[in-house]
Amino acid sequence: MTAVLELSHVGKRFGGLQAVHNLSFGVGEGEIVGLIGPNGAGKSTLFNLINGVYAPDGGKIAFRGEDITGEKPFLIARRGLARTHQIVQPMMDMTVVQNCMVGACFGRENLPLMRARDAAYEAVGLVGLDDRADMLALHLTIAGKKRLELARALAARPTLLLLDEVLAGLNPTEIEHMIGVIRRIRDRGVTILIIEHLMQAIMSLSDRIVVLNYGEKLAEGLPAAVAQNPQVIEAYLGDPKLAEALHGNGGGA
Amino acid sequence: MPLMLRRPFFWVITAVVAVFAFLPALGDNVQLRESLALATIYITLASNLNLMLGYAGYINFGSIVFFGLGGYICIWLTDAHHASLILGLLAAGLGVSALAFVFGFGILRLRGPFFALSTIGIVEGVQAFVQNFEPWGGSAGIYVSPEVFAPLGGPARALWVIYFALVGTMGLSLYLSYGIKISKFGLGLLAIGQNEDAAAILGVPTPRYKAYVYSASAFLPAVAGGLYFFKSAFIQPADAFDLSLSTEALVVAMLGGQGTVTGVALGAYLYEELRGYLLVSETFSHFQLVVAGMLLLLIVLFFPSGLMGFVYSRFPRIKKVLE
Repeated sequence: MTAVLELSHVGKRFGGLQAVHNLSFGVGEGEIVGLIGPNGAGKSTLFNLINGVYAPDGGKIAFRGEDITGEKPFLIARRGLARTHQIVQPMMDMTVVQNCMVGACFGRENLPLMRARDAAYEAVGLVGLDDRADMLALHLTIAGKKRLELARALAARPTLLLLDEVLAGLNPTEIEHMIGVIRRIRDRGVTILIIEHLMQAIMSLSDRIVVLNYGEKLAEGLPAAVAQNPQVIEAYLGDPKLAEALHGNGGGA
Repeated sequence: MPLMLRRPFFWVITAVVAVFAFLPALGDNVQLRESLALATIYITLASNLNLMLGYAGYINFGSIVFFGLGGYICIWLTDAHHASLILGLLAAGLGVSALAFVFGFGILRLRGPFFALSTIGIVEGVQAFVQNFEPWGGSAGIYVSPEVFAPLGGPARALWVIYFALVGTMGLSLYLSYGIKISKFGLGLLAIGQNEDAAAILGVPTPRYKAYVYSASAFLPAVAGGLYFFKSAFIQPADAFDLSLSTEALVVAMLGGQGTVTGVALGAYLYEELRGYLLVSETFSHFQLVVAGMLLLLIVLFFPSGLMGFVYSRFPRIKKVLE
């Protein structure tokens, strides 16, 4: 398995806060890797480092074997790395399709306008927003906006997709739908790195889990093994009973 | 662009340009020509401002700098260096565009109010520079000798030539606005205007696009400035860099509906008509800025999406014909 994303000794400090410290891990092609950790562990900061919103203070980030450390976000997007935001960032006065066309036009395939429209409709269909394709983004519900985030990233036809809490704030039906969508995306050969707080969901989705705490890697491994790790239970899960329950479910994933 | 020829709105623009060109020429109506000449300038300024304001979402208070500098370059070349008018206009457009491109990379790092303030700074800075620049006559300005009209067939005929050139400049401004709007570049600009950070993360090359559009929005206003001051045969810093005209262009764009081609042009035309009426009326003479201020206030409060926004919400189908 070749590494799509390879982080080595990445660090980022904000004033007195070491948000990410000496972090190394890789994401293999076609994998779904889950990134978990308590609030403030540095997960979103890590996403911002990977896609170039922040430049790391140290270390190296390689995407498909090429060094992208400190590169501008729009250049990284062009390479085939797309992401969604924890706090949705739609272009409010543009329609759902127009939003996705931006992704298709300026993402990995750099499509001309007309072909971007087709790619956009395809992405809109994949996340199940077909019926709202020509609606302005501002009129979508929060669940709709979350799907739009995902569709817009997908329209770029990325190699690697960073998903930042796409399930947060959704009701159980919506979560189930979204998990289905994520699985379908992976089946199309897209590699996924996902941040999620919903343990059940991420444990069953991920091939591998990386646990962050205070900006450092606490554990890494198969979901079942991570869920059993006493350090993880103490730092993150807190409740040993919850860990047991997850262990029971996670075994089959 | 053969695709453009198939779109109805392309022909709407062409029809408007034809009406502007033929209406005063048919009856040799000089009074109508002068009124429409001013309208072409307002439409040119507002349409190009709209590229920044309505598309990329950047408020440029200093669009007048393009107009004034274009005027100076054109007059200086045609008067002191005996260049032809065409050469003077091309030099004005290209020179000011190039300058805007260089400046754009610098000041477009600023956002929101900070960018808006910096554009006022540019007007003041350029004006101060020109006031002390002897080759351009300093604060006294440049008086053009009537000889410059000779190659155009004397002053009377020159006024017609200049008028047709102004109509052409307006037409090009409208085609440019529309061309950008339906292009991939335009989609990128729209994304920047809506959410610049998200646009960059989706791959829009934001610094480059912003500099491109700032530079593009400078070209035709500079040409219009060249024509306007060539026609007046006189230029001085206070007229060339008059901030109130910048402000009027903003009002006009918001009045008509920023981001739309039709609305901005219509807003500019209506505003010019109103302004003309106020200027000749006894009671309201030189009152137009007060009216502009009040209009802006009312628009922002009650019609934030402008005239066209109101029309679109009532008649959604019209969007397909009037963009």
